[in-house]
Amino acid sequence: MLRLILGRLIGGVFVLFVVATVSFFLLHAAKGGPFDSDRAVPEAVQRNIEERYHLNDPLWKQYVTHMERVATLDFGHSMKRQKSVKEMIAEHGPKSLRLGLMAMVFAAIFGTALGVTAAARRNTWVDYTLMVIALLGISIPSLVLGPMFIRWFSLGLGWFPPARAEDFSGYVLPALVLGMIYAGTVARLARAGVLDTLSQDYVRTARAKGLTERVVVWKHALRLGIIPVITYLGPATAALISGSFVVEKIFQIPGLGFYFVGSVSDRDYPVLTGLLVFYVAFLVLLNLVVDILYGVIDPRTRGAR
Amino acid sequence: MAERPHSPWRDAWRRLRKNRIAVAMGVIFLSILAFCWLGPIVAGWFGLDATTIDIALGATPPSLDHPFGTDLLGRDMLVRVMIGGRIAILVAFVATSVALVIGVTWGAIAAYAGGNVDYVMMRIVDALYGFPTVVFVIVVMSVFELRSLVALFALIGSISWLNMARQTRGQVMSLRHREFVEAARATGVAPARVLFRHIVPNAMGVIIVAATAGLPSVMLTEAFLSFLGLGVQAPLASWGTLLTEGSSQISVYSWVLIGPGVVMGLTIMALNFLGDGLRDALDPQTRKD
Repeated sequence: MLRLILGRLIGGVFVLFVVATVSFFLLHAAKGGPFDSDRAVPEAVQRNIEERYHLNDPLWKQYVTHMERVATLDFGHSMKRQKSVKEMIAEHGPKSLRLGLMAMVFAAIFGTALGVTAAARRNTWVDYTLMVIALLGISIPSLVLGPMFIRWFSLGLGWFPPARAEDFSGYVLPALVLGMIYAGTVARLARAGVLDTLSQDYVRTARAKGLTERVVVWKHALRLGIIPVITYLGPATAALISGSFVVEKIFQIPGLGFYFVGSVSDRDYPVLTGLLVFYVAFLVLLNLVVDILYGVIDPRTRGAR
Repeated sequence: MAERPHSPWRDAWRRLRKNRIAVAMGVIFLSILAFCWLGPIVAGWFGLDATTIDIALGATPPSLDHPFGTDLLGRDMLVRVMIGGRIAILVAFVATSVALVIGVTWGAIAAYAGGNVDYVMMRIVDALYGFPTVVFVIVVMSVFELRSLVALFALIGSISWLNMARQTRGQVMSLRHREFVEAARATGVAPARVLFRHIVPNAMGVIIVAATAGLPSVMLTEAFLSFLGLGVQAPLASWGTLLTEGSSQISVYSWVLIGPGVVMGLTIMALNFLGDGLRDALDPQTRKD
């Protein structure tokens, strides 16, 4: 277990190193910069800007400075806003995190409930109906679902604010939209996983002991059948973070995704690289957590690998 | 390959045909292809096209003249959806082909080389798997101001090959010590040829399944990039572009979103079901129920 964690951490640091390096050279090779504008800038101002952001240093020196900053998690100041990258992460990160967690909880609970119920009633109309719901969830793009939800539930029924979430109720619609596609996939994985385990010996033993079908399915079969879902949740969160750009934009939630997209079009390099490295570090940790959970839930994988 | 009575392709075809849902979804998908490629021609007979602007008409709800309504500029939404579908489907197929080439090559080489090469190559796949790859596409596209369709194909393709590589590797692993491979090797066939002429064709079933399953997410990626203003550029329009337009007008003109949204959702659903059906037909070992 310890070896696994250590190995993953080393791998993660390596990935971060590659990401920081690639993003540095990518941005360096880019046309145009954050201070390009149509108006002519006085030479002195131009010189000051270049000085301040070390734009005139030789490339290797800029690279070393960049990597030092990444290593100390100090990404410097935004070139467009009066804030440091750290402040931006501290201010807007929690909003994205909240949205992502709500979406994930919704997807995990709703999806598992759907999938396990379908597996328990396999090949009945209940099963088919639930699976069609799951597939609809997967198939409707958030670009469609988001605006439709706003129209129906915010503008039509007035249940939730349409944009600029402040409190819990403001996050409900975006979280549902964001989580829907994952809920569908979770439902399919949970169904398949539980169906797989239902035919295993230990489930037969549980049945033979005289346990009710409900206990057999929801306690015994679910425990092993849920593993594909947990494996999926790691990469799903990766996708969820990049997917939340769209949802944050539709619902005008000032989360990190919102600013990340902004930093790309603004050429706000410190913010861009800072958020990129932050995202990747976050994901590396997340995948590690998933691996550990894996060992907790299925003792057979402990010590393996 | 169809002449031999017990060709695996023929067996698979028979299994697929028996799967009523898969057949229905296949028919739906073919209809959507016809809708997008033949539809505009038919609509032309009724005097509809995607470009005629009629400001005086403006946005009108669906009617007999314009079954999907019209957009703000008075353009017919039905034909716009058809034309947008051509681009969306084209991007999906070409980008998936790019992913297919990268993924199959990567997975096949990893499995065939084995040992440390395999280990390193698959760890790279693992690392990329937990990585917000779309983020990199956003950065590359906007930083280099890439706005062409070719760039879109290449970039979406270059992030969509991971699953393909894993599937191919698994399949090649199980094939590489089979008799026909040993036989080919014994007769002195070069390794690259053994791999790509003898092993990979036999892994085609799994590869096709992975490609079909990947199409919907590629489609969504395109829509997503268009939404951020990085995808297909005007005057071309894809479903992603239409959805973006529609989503900004949802509070007033819902049909501008509903038309393309329903057709795109239907396409993705058909592809998802078709992917399931193909997996059951081509890859019987992984059948889930």
